[in-house]
Amino acid sequence: MELAIFALFSVLALASAVVVISHRNPVYSVMSLVVTLISLAVLFVLLGAPFLAALQVLVYTGAILVLFLFVIMLLNVEREEPAGGHRVHKLIAALAAVVFAAILGSQFFAAQGSAHTAELTPDAVALVPLARKLFTTYLLPFEIVGLLLLAAVVAATALARRSAPRDREEKA
Amino acid sequence: MTVPAVWYLLLSAALFSIGTIGALWRRNAITIFLSIELMLNSVNLSLVAYARILAERSPELALDGQAIVFFVLAVAAAEAAVGLALFIAVYRNRRTIDVNRLDLMRW
Repeated sequence: MELAIFALFSVLALASAVVVISHRNPVYSVMSLVVTLISLAVLFVLLGAPFLAALQVLVYTGAILVLFLFVIMLLNVEREEPAGGHRVHKLIAALAAVVFAAILGSQFFAAQGSAHTAELTPDAVALVPLARKLFTTYLLPFEIVGLLLLAAVVAATALARRSAPRDREEKA
Repeated sequence: MTVPAVWYLLLSAALFSIGTIGALWRRNAITIFLSIELMLNSVNLSLVAYARILAERSPELALDGQAIVFFVLAVAAAEAAVGLALFIAVYRNRRTIDVNRLDLMRW
């Protein structure tokens, strides 16, 4: 059962990831990234991390990708015209990525090839220990991340403003 | 039958490479950004997979892996907000977000 779910959703994740990078229309790219991220959320559940799966769906597909869609529609991004004269660059990029994947895969096999996952128990997927860890061991990073998010919101608002305050004063 | 942990790691390596190809190939800044999100997520998958592998030795370490993924998610949200605001600012000034045409600092 676990194997069947893993096979289904890993194939789904890979296929939609390929669509993300190959589709000319960015709206379709975002939509297929939604499929990839939800497939990954299912794999998180299989790995015994239901909290992260919920976060993945809420934060990534619910917030970040909606932001992407919003910006695409705001900017009215035109379809990318096919690139001319960069075949060599593309070939080198693909070759480098494939070689990188091969090295990474072989290293994973060498290091963890025999590792098997523990059976999931109710204790292993309990939320309380994770929450305790986040609010004790990781309390300082937790607070810093909160500050970072606040800074990001302020920075995003400042960057996306229609005009700098200085211009408005000059016009007035 | 349980899935060997290394399969999750291999899937994450494959997804990371797909994201790398996308980031290098595409010229639309938004698609490049989407590829980077894909790479971030593949790393998250490997972190959760390692957390599961370590869970066999000590449950404490497993939670460390999950906590790191939590922080990665939060930082990714901040990064997306600032990055997309930058795209809006660039588009307002240059009327394009094609990275090949944003060559002001190229020599």
